[in-house]
Amino acid sequence: MGKVKTKTGPLARRPDNSAFKQQRLPAWSPMLTANTVLPFFYFMALICMFLGVWLLLTVQSTKEMKLDYTEAGTCDRCFEKRKNVSNAAQPCSCTVVFSIGKKFKGDVFFYYGLRNFHQNLRRYMDSRDDAQMVGRKKNLQTPSTYCFPFTTDQNGQPIAPCGAVANSMFNDSFVLTYHMPGGRPEKVPLLRQGITWYTDKNIKFRNPKTENLTLPEVFKGTAKPLYWQKPVYELDPLDPTNNGFINDDLIIWMREAAFPNFKKLYGVLNRAKEPFTTGLPAGNYSIEISYNFPVQYFRGRKEVVLTTLTWFGGQNHFLPIAYLVTSSLILLVAIVLTVVWWKFGKNGKNMEE
Amino acid sequence: MARDGEDAGMVKAAKVKRQRKKKTKENKTRTVHANILYDNAKGEENPNRHYANNKIKTTKYTLLSFLPKNLFEQFHRFANVYFVFIALLNFVPVVNAFQPELALAPVVFILSVTAIKDLWEDYRRHRSDKEINHMDCLVYSRVERRYVEKYWKEVRVGDFIRLRCNEILPADVLLLTSSDPDRLCHIETATLDGETNLKQRQVVRSFFDLDCDFDPTKYNSIIECEKPNNDLNRFRGYIIHRSGRRDALYKENLLLRGCTIRNTEEAVGIVIYAGHETKAMLNNNGPRYKRSKLERQMNVDVFWCVIILLVMCLFAAVGHGLWMFQYGDKRPVFDVLSPEGTDLSPIMSAIYLFLTMIIVFQVLIPISLFVSIEIVKICQVFFIHQDMDLYDEETDSHLQCRALNITEDLGQMQYIFSDKTGTLTENKMVFRRCTVAGVEYSHDANARRLAMYQEMDSEEEECTSHGGTLPRRDSVTSHQSARVVLRSQSTKSHRRTGSRAEAKRASILSKHTAFSSPMEKDITPDPQLLDKVNECSSQMDFMRFHSQPMSQLPSDLSDIIDFFIALTICNTVVVSSPNQPRQKVKLSEGYAPPLKSPVKTIEDFIKRFTPSRLTSGSNSSSSSSLITNRSSNRGCSSILSSPSAEKLRYEAESPDEAALVYAARAYKCSLVGRLPDQVTVELPHLGKLSFELLHTLGFDSTRKRMSVVVRHPLTDQITVYTKGADSVIMDLIKPPNTGENSHSVCFIVYRTQNYLNLYAADGLRTLCIAKKVLTKEEYACWLQRHLEAETAIQGREELLFESALRLETNLHLLGATGIEDRLQDGVPETIASLRKAGLQIWVLTGDKQETAVNIAYACKLLEPEEEILTLNADSQVNDTGHCFINENDYSADHIYPSSSPSSSSVPFMVHRLGLVIDGRTLAYALDKSLEDKFLAVARSCRSVLCCRSTPLQKSMVVKLVRNKLKVMTLAIGDGANDVSMIQVADVGVGISGQEGMQAVMASDFALPRFRYLQKLLLVHGHWCYSRLANMILYFFYKNAVTLIFWYQFYCGFSGSAMIDQWYLIFFNLMFSAFPQLITGTLDKDVSAETLQQLPQLYISGQNSEEYKPYMFWMNMIDAFYQSLVCFFIPYFAYADSDVDLFTWGTPITTLALFTILLHLGIETKTWTWMNWLSISFSIALFFTVALCYNASCPTCYSPSNPYWTMQRLLQDPLFYFLCVITPVTALLPRYFYRACQGTLFPSPVQVGRQLDKLPAETRRNILSLSRTKYVNHIEQAKHHYHNLFVFQPYINVPDTITVMGHRQPLECNLVLLVFYVKVFWILGLV
Repeated sequence: MGKVKTKTGPLARRPDNSAFKQQRLPAWSPMLTANTVLPFFYFMALICMFLGVWLLLTVQSTKEMKLDYTEAGTCDRCFEKRKNVSNAAQPCSCTVVFSIGKKFKGDVFFYYGLRNFHQNLRRYMDSRDDAQMVGRKKNLQTPSTYCFPFTTDQNGQPIAPCGAVANSMFNDSFVLTYHMPGGRPEKVPLLRQGITWYTDKNIKFRNPKTENLTLPEVFKGTAKPLYWQKPVYELDPLDPTNNGFINDDLIIWMREAAFPNFKKLYGVLNRAKEPFTTGLPAGNYSIEISYNFPVQYFRGRKEVVLTTLTWFGGQNHFLPIAYLVTSSLILLVAIVLTVVWWKFGKNGKNMEE
Repeated sequence: MARDGEDAGMVKAAKVKRQRKKKTKENKTRTVHANILYDNAKGEENPNRHYANNKIKTTKYTLLSFLPKNLFEQFHRFANVYFVFIALLNFVPVVNAFQPELALAPVVFILSVTAIKDLWEDYRRHRSDKEINHMDCLVYSRVERRYVEKYWKEVRVGDFIRLRCNEILPADVLLLTSSDPDRLCHIETATLDGETNLKQRQVVRSFFDLDCDFDPTKYNSIIECEKPNNDLNRFRGYIIHRSGRRDALYKENLLLRGCTIRNTEEAVGIVIYAGHETKAMLNNNGPRYKRSKLERQMNVDVFWCVIILLVMCLFAAVGHGLWMFQYGDKRPVFDVLSPEGTDLSPIMSAIYLFLTMIIVFQVLIPISLFVSIEIVKICQVFFIHQDMDLYDEETDSHLQCRALNITEDLGQMQYIFSDKTGTLTENKMVFRRCTVAGVEYSHDANARRLAMYQEMDSEEEECTSHGGTLPRRDSVTSHQSARVVLRSQSTKSHRRTGSRAEAKRASILSKHTAFSSPMEKDITPDPQLLDKVNECSSQMDFMRFHSQPMSQLPSDLSDIIDFFIALTICNTVVVSSPNQPRQKVKLSEGYAPPLKSPVKTIEDFIKRFTPSRLTSGSNSSSSSSLITNRSSNRGCSSILSSPSAEKLRYEAESPDEAALVYAARAYKCSLVGRLPDQVTVELPHLGKLSFELLHTLGFDSTRKRMSVVVRHPLTDQITVYTKGADSVIMDLIKPPNTGENSHSVCFIVYRTQNYLNLYAADGLRTLCIAKKVLTKEEYACWLQRHLEAETAIQGREELLFESALRLETNLHLLGATGIEDRLQDGVPETIASLRKAGLQIWVLTGDKQETAVNIAYACKLLEPEEEILTLNADSQVNDTGHCFINENDYSADHIYPSSSPSSSSVPFMVHRLGLVIDGRTLAYALDKSLEDKFLAVARSCRSVLCCRSTPLQKSMVVKLVRNKLKVMTLAIGDGANDVSMIQVADVGVGISGQEGMQAVMASDFALPRFRYLQKLLLVHGHWCYSRLANMILYFFYKNAVTLIFWYQFYCGFSGSAMIDQWYLIFFNLMFSAFPQLITGTLDKDVSAETLQQLPQLYISGQNSEEYKPYMFWMNMIDAFYQSLVCFFIPYFAYADSDVDLFTWGTPITTLALFTILLHLGIETKTWTWMNWLSISFSIALFFTVALCYNASCPTCYSPSNPYWTMQRLLQDPLFYFLCVITPVTALLPRYFYRACQGTLFPSPVQVGRQLDKLPAETRRNILSLSRTKYVNHIEQAKHHYHNLFVFQPYINVPDTITVMGHRQPLECNLVLLVFYVKVFWILGLV
């Protein structure tokens, strides 16, 4: 089997004797039998067990408070009111009270949640114009066809921001008040900015170039979305820089949720002042809600969620449990295989077949 | 001046001729005029202008037509149409799911990959076309009045071209003149039919006696011939001279395109067919496409995939309708109107959604499956080509895959139909014994010599395998003592002194030397016969000297000399000399041979060219001198008195002819020259005798004989020598008239017949030699009719055939010869291991029953302990509808005295049956009414041997077995008679041997030797099958992991996808494509060694165990489970969070990728660095693409916008936690199942793998143990199965059986019934 050095002469067509061409590449060929896989099974079971326990301990330290305010407290009145479309322009506010048993330590996140709201419908999701959001003048005047039928209003003016997603933006607002025992109610300060992805705020969403024009002037010639009460450049009356397409609430809303039941960040506890420097103290709280968003058409619910987070996310026990279950499954399988190996495969019985 | 006038006349004549041409056009003939007559005339004047020019264009496309034509061809594949349909569906706004341009991407990708492949192939064809079109040749130019160089493509019909030695013919040319004094031109047709012997072509008869050089300007004849056709062996027409004389044209006058001129200085001819109308081009049809069994099975499952897809779409559509319906009239804010702005009813939107879902779920139908399979098959073909074990040094050829897409069929074969001659045997004929005038000459010395060759051979092989020490045979008689052991590697060129090795070497060195191994050439004469020949010839010499009539010679002696003359001249052997290289050496300057000098003998010829040869010192000369030296060293009797004759080399169309000529040479009756009209023979004492060759009636398979008509130079009688199959010759022997010697003639015939039977029993090929002396009157009478037949245009073949029949009657038997056709190396071993692999081997041969049976024993196809059923219908009475089937026992040393039912003590013999059937009986057996019974009998037999079968019967048998038993069939053969069988079988294998290339041309795979079939089937077939089967299954699994379906439950069945459209579309096409291709190409479930040592492993392929229908469903279920895991673990992990769609969908994509790759990892049996590389590459590619895509542009991929998602995810610990848990959970069941299966009930293939891992010593022990055990087990199981299933339906033998359309008389049925009962008894059922 000597190597042929020359390719001319009588054996010209002789194939190369290389490992690749002769299919003799060095190879690792694992056998899947009980005795070969057993160590792996035990090892995996251990790993999963360890991770599961670790995660479980981590998750245990989180706190969460959920409050469905659709018809809670005084909101039933507003709920009824929003059933009628003609009342859409009338403001309605209500208050819901709740209490926290144990102190929420660290950063506390305030979410609003919607149930049964399908932000993930295909046509709904597509109904937006990213180019408009990024501040292109051209798209401001002529929104993308994806936005249809929310491209122009009745007068033919282009809608900014166009599309169904922006149109259906959640527009309840909340004021959280802490009722200190024996003291006067204190408004819980929330950071309403800086709660978006950095890239969203700075790259994906930008206002059209102002060039010494004020925001209203830039958006001149565009109409507000049909369901909105105020135009896009007046979304945040408190902070003029938080208006237009770079409004945090808008940005967060535009990040479409994956499931019909979802929550979106409303604000983060501002821990600058006492008594909130270490978190949310235990006690009674009330939320004053400006109740605008109608949910009865789609049998939806609205809620607010207060939660603390770990490095690992919110209070979700699924993953640690999944790890633990998987670990026990692997262990079970490993034990079965051990028995099999003990009974049948140990002495290389199948060799004789 | 005068010429001008002549031209004018010509033009006028041309007009007339054109009119005639129009007339003849209806007669389906072609008229060819010389072009030079029309050089001045305008293009349209040229009568040849309608014929194709010599420019060839084998490309399919032009630059312009490529796109439409290629697309058109690709859309013939249904899958492509389907995917284009889906892509176009995306452009409809109501139903679109993805960005339309993006959705086009995969289809465009697939189409363009195929298009690029086609383009490349076409470009290569274009390149080779161009090269061929721009080859040079000499064309006569009227303007310059000489031959000028032109490109091939400029040659037109009617051109005169001058051909020089070793030139390749540019077109089909009618030979008009040759520098050869005998007006011959030798051509080599290897490129056309693979036959390496030179063929002679003759100048057209009317130009034969041209004295001076041929002058094209004086040519003014018209040629009429048939339209272009692809029959290489037919050319008919005539040439009309100005004088009105007509001369017939034959195929001997035509030089075909692609052949090479040899041994002829110069030749001139006129182009008859050019370019695509040449016979060579018309014969050139491209590769064939077959569909493999695996692919057929796969298509069924693709169909199932379509069903699943439709069900899922329907489910989603109904779901969406209901979801819409629950909201009633009030539309929720998130429900967007249709693009038309209309409000859709739930039903309408459900219908639209159905179409959308088809787009979204399109991945379920694997778009890249077909392309991937093609790629993998090409790689498999590459590896098969590269296998060193399938390379034959002797012929410097390796296996060729001619059909690229049925490699996996090789792993599923169940029946092998093999030809005998040239396939199982070498088709290298060795003269063994002969009978002359009823006396047997056993040639014992020759037999001893042959035996020794074999011994030497095996010894030599042994020695080479031990590396370097080699015996060298210096003496015939005592090779043991004279063994010289050479240790030095430098003597490599002298190492191969063994017979076959030397043959190998000789044939390698001078590639074209066919049939000239010393084994065939050197025959040790029988001393008794040699004496008689000497005696006889000296007597004849004496008589000649004294001018006595030769008829006074004693009849037995004259028979002997006639016998050898017949052997020498009754053939078509061409004589050449090894010293005279085929490629005639260019003559040195100044040496201008007088072309017209009378070179009448080959010897002269040789003398003339020997000096120049010596200076050239080519390879072939050294090899031939080597042979010469060796033979002189040996000093055995094979050295002939005439050194010139010794050097001669014979080239024959069939190897047995050469064997006979060599045999005759051993008796010093050597053929020294052959010209079209005379044969020169050198006889002892008598010297050179020239026989005037009057006619040659060539061999054909119907007559099974050939004859030559010569004028005997000594007796001056017209003598016919006939050589042919004994069955036909014996019938033609003149019945002894009531003369005094009638008894002796009878006796001779009887004795000869006995010896013939004996020879056949020894496995020799027998030929009978006969002669006939014609009186002048008889000859004249026959000649007249023969000439009529020769010149006839219509039905010439039939007339010639009849003419031959008229001549070949009342023959006088001279003798018979026995030629051995040696078995090829390793045939018995190959057959044994193929058998163990569960393959049924049938041998279909045209040979005699006795010969075939003997060869079958020799190659262990039949075994002595087997019971042989022989089916022979009686030929004499079969017309009356009487048939009988006798049951014989051929085993020589049979332990059981007879096959009669009385010997009931043979329980274990139950399944050992062999069936032998002959052609005549086969004709009945293949009849519609009997074929089932025939098959039933044949199936119960371990081996089946069909003798004396015609090519058509061969193909009918294959077709019958293939269609009735629904099995995979492989036909292997080497000759033209196997072509139909090869074409009918699922896989046709051609042996690229010595009987031309027709079998190879028709085959799917071409092997150099039969024994390579073992590795081809057992190793490559098994690998190809298991690789492809696993890959296809994996493909289905991979595509069925449809995560999006589960998401529909959470998005109102609206068809939205959490996986970004980019990932969705490129997932199968790019991210997960490479590892499976690598595994599909390189995975080895069992090593090649084990596969060959344990042929039983092949059975898994036969039973399609790698890919059963249930496996598809198992894979579907597994895919279902895995998709559930991959969907719901991330779902619950992210449930109730603020996760957005793509931040949640991207991990799912990643998880699915990991899971799919790890799944492949479980299914991969061998991991080479390429597997690791491909998997890492896939993962790296995914992340790279994802990161780039997510960072590239926030607005470009509207409507989806996954900007910075991947980057965020990589910072999220949850993502990594998901990446660990999900694949583990998803793959746990499969991994567990595989481990259990490997431990508890391993398949034979897995056992084979386990064996691979053991140390070599243990493995050998186990193998030797298991071999006996396993085989018995399998055989028993198999035959048990047969017993149960085959014979049950035939217990009720029908009352009447129709044979050949006649109602058979009762006795026939009774015989059949008895036969069946006997079979039942043998099988232990009755």
